[in-house]
Amino acid sequence: MSHIQLGGIDYAILIIYFVFVLGIGWALRRVIRSSEDFFLSGRSIPAWIAGLAFISANLGAQEVIGMGASGAKYGIMTSHFYWVGAMPAMVFVGLFMMPFYYGSRARSVPEYLKLRFDEKTRGLNAITFAIMTVFSSGISMYALAKLLELVLGWSFHASIIVTGVIVLAYIFLGGLTSAIYNEVLQFFLIVLGFLPLVLLGLKDVGGWSGLTSKLAVVATNAGFEPGAWSHSWKYTDAATHNPMGIEWFGLIMGLGFAMSFGYWCTDFLVVQRAMAAGSMTAARRTPLIAAVPKMLMPALVILPGMLAIGMHATRGGFLPIGTDGQPNYNLAIPMLLAHYLPTGLLGLGLTALMASFMSGMAGNVTAFNTVWTYDIYQTFIRPGQSDSHYLRMGHAATVFGILASVVAAYAATRFNNINDILQLVFSFVNGPLFATFLLGMFWKRTTGHAAFFGLLTGTFAAAMHYGLTLPHGAVPGIKGGFLGTVLHTYPSEMALNFWTAIVAWTSCFVTTLAISLFTRRTKTDDELRGLVYSLTPRQSDGAMPWYKRPVTLAVGILAASAVLNVIFW
Amino acid sequence: MRLDVRFPIGGMFTIIGAMLVIYGLVSPAAVYERSLGINVNLWWGLVLLVFGVVMLVFAYRATKTQP
Repeated sequence: MSHIQLGGIDYAILIIYFVFVLGIGWALRRVIRSSEDFFLSGRSIPAWIAGLAFISANLGAQEVIGMGASGAKYGIMTSHFYWVGAMPAMVFVGLFMMPFYYGSRARSVPEYLKLRFDEKTRGLNAITFAIMTVFSSGISMYALAKLLELVLGWSFHASIIVTGVIVLAYIFLGGLTSAIYNEVLQFFLIVLGFLPLVLLGLKDVGGWSGLTSKLAVVATNAGFEPGAWSHSWKYTDAATHNPMGIEWFGLIMGLGFAMSFGYWCTDFLVVQRAMAAGSMTAARRTPLIAAVPKMLMPALVILPGMLAIGMHATRGGFLPIGTDGQPNYNLAIPMLLAHYLPTGLLGLGLTALMASFMSGMAGNVTAFNTVWTYDIYQTFIRPGQSDSHYLRMGHAATVFGILASVVAAYAATRFNNINDILQLVFSFVNGPLFATFLLGMFWKRTTGHAAFFGLLTGTFAAAMHYGLTLPHGAVPGIKGGFLGTVLHTYPSEMALNFWTAIVAWTSCFVTTLAISLFTRRTKTDDELRGLVYSLTPRQSDGAMPWYKRPVTLAVGILAASAVLNVIFW
Repeated sequence: MRLDVRFPIGGMFTIIGAMLVIYGLVSPAAVYERSLGINVNLWWGLVLLVFGVVMLVFAYRATKTQP
């Protein structure tokens, strides 16, 4: 395919963006005096800024490219990743978990595990998390550089070096504050950069009704009912009736519960933004404020994918065909950018793509340097040093984190399926986490040994489940069934992933519960004050007017996402 | 002394918006064949410009009310 040609104004917009992100880092360099300033923004960020950063850190390139691709592949059902797979979990972490994360003064999620359980549970979580963040930032670096190479003909090496250096510079200078401020800027850029694309696309196909008629062609070609791409729930009565290959139960329990709570409630990448908030109320509001734009995000990231596949089916060959004979879904958003945006707005759209990539990467790097410095270095390698020593380590860890991401990005170019293998391992490690937190926060009887071995069991069970089952039509290997025997065949990869998460969560929950009953408590009620629900004084919102209370916002969010589910039923 | 994040956001969108508006006014109509004949640079540039200026105004007002 031929590369998209950019004009001078496109480059000018990109350069202005670079100048501003670096400028923010430069302007904030004096704010950093202690390690808390560097890693936690001195806990002083207002709720709306923390909230937008919370959503922006999650809105990495993989999210934008991946959700666009899923929109093309599965249609409006992809919105389940938002209205089912994000809203309830985001409300839960804000209302029920933030009082313990923020109230305990823990500086990271692994540190909460140390306060609540013990050093080994913290170590397990910190080490797996640190490895995961470095690899995810490396993989998204790889994905973006590949995309820019394919679409614009830019050098793979140059893309990696330029973006790596810029992200390094602004985090090194201004720490988490700089990352958060830039995430807010990047958030607005992503919204304002992609919105014209969606509006033009919708106008071109004749609005929602025009799009549904095009998607009906896509669905019929694939052998489904005509509405399969434009209804989110209607065809979930059986896995074989919808493109995602999942029925409502697996969808709600796997995605809506196990996977989504595991991510939104325990992943330090997002939780760190709330921990940086200036007060308990601000911390609790952070995920709730983030939920509002998150709820509307499908219009920005999924809809372009649906537009692209609709045009691919009716106007012929809109998406390039990959080596497997399938359309290259990952190019849905880039191809739309090239199709609709004239030079000028095209620069803005590409800058938005760069911004999404940088916000995701900075999220990973700031979470990595904090966990490395506080939970690994200060805990296991050199405890008891001065604060300035740890601040220096934070700077060093930022450099190391970026370098390791670059190495991971190059590793991904060498070994084709390294991404798939890593993603898989992460899902085994992440799957059980929420069971540990749920029991830890709401049952004071849960013990450290139980938490540790529960996590290991959950990870092992997830790997076993994955190794013994297979999605329909796949060969045993990376897609499942690698243990040789296939006990069950799922209708799709998505169904296998959802059920793996369910197995991981359930086995961790049961094991942790059982071991807790057979092990002696090592922490007294006094030590668990502020860490466990029954031993912590209730948050009193009584002094606030009702419309300012977190609960009001939470109810509003849940009601609105219910309405969206009904509209696109 | 902290930086109000609305200053850089407002500044960036004001500059980019103004650039797009000017480019939209001087660019030939052929550029907009892709965008269904709409001069999107001009119109979206105006949107960005208004957004940027509003952000700057809010940030500026906040400096006035602080002691």
